[in-house]
Amino acid sequence: MRFAIPIVVFLLLVVVFSFGLFNDPRELPSPFLGEQAPTFQSTSLTAPDRTVGSADYAGKMALVNVWATWCVGCRQEHGFLMQLAHSGAIPIYGINWRDNREEALRWLEQLGDPYKFSAFDEDGRVGIDWGVYGAPETFLISPDGIVLHKHLGPLDAASWQEDFVPLIEAGEPTS
Amino acid sequence: MRRFIACALLLAFASAALAIDTDKAFDDPALQARYEHIIEEVRCLKCQNQSIKDSNAFLAGDLRREIRRMLSEGKTDEEIYDFLVTRYGEFALYRPRMSGKTLVLWIAPIVLLLAGGFVLVNILRRRMAMPMEGDAAAEE
Repeated sequence: MRFAIPIVVFLLLVVVFSFGLFNDPRELPSPFLGEQAPTFQSTSLTAPDRTVGSADYAGKMALVNVWATWCVGCRQEHGFLMQLAHSGAIPIYGINWRDNREEALRWLEQLGDPYKFSAFDEDGRVGIDWGVYGAPETFLISPDGIVLHKHLGPLDAASWQEDFVPLIEAGEPTS
Repeated sequence: MRRFIACALLLAFASAALAIDTDKAFDDPALQARYEHIIEEVRCLKCQNQSIKDSNAFLAGDLRREIRRMLSEGKTDEEIYDFLVTRYGEFALYRPRMSGKTLVLWIAPIVLLLAGGFVLVNILRRRMAMPMEGDAAAEE
């Protein structure tokens, strides 16, 4: 009985610390989760005279991927994005964040272009509206424009299967 | 001595050379003061232990630019903090505001302090109740 309190306190601390240990402090929950996704409008990366934006995917389940050529994680996930685009599972829309147009175009030419379009966000204003703080970031948007999920860091097949697929299946009733 | 004072003065102002924010100051000193205060209160999300005043990450620069723009548009401090919180969450502020989500943050230190005080008082009481060694020696 004498030791009961210290042991309980110790166990509580173990729980608290292990929670802290396995939680990545760089991974912040998006305040947009379950909320209406931010809208945006910007010039297209590939066609500078064209305006693209969130209106283009309204009413559809869509993936919004924030990328840049200076971002190592973006290069890592690019192969998977290409696969995803080829599979036709979901349309992917890019936000080319704080990048250089020439380099971004060269990137798409060399590695392939998985995007329906990439919005060119040169000054990072669209990024701020989306609460972006580190590319790559990927948002799953429901047909009503709700953010269903946000993935931080390079996307891969495992996290796609685990985090995205169930939400897509639940959100889009198979007829 | 004069040389020493000169050196000391130089050193004292040397940190200005390290200033990250090199944008032009507002013409209105009151606006500049508000700006400086706000950028010290906002966390750089990219480099989380720096304020956007101290960080040279481009995201911090972008946020400073947006805050500057909002200030010159006449937005209040509260509106600017709201802008950041809706996008980045309460974590963007070094002093998160009291709300359902952040209540634990605000209450926990007080609760812990009270609990610690309670334990301390109990231990001290028990000690006081015990006969002191000195008393025992005096009895002999």
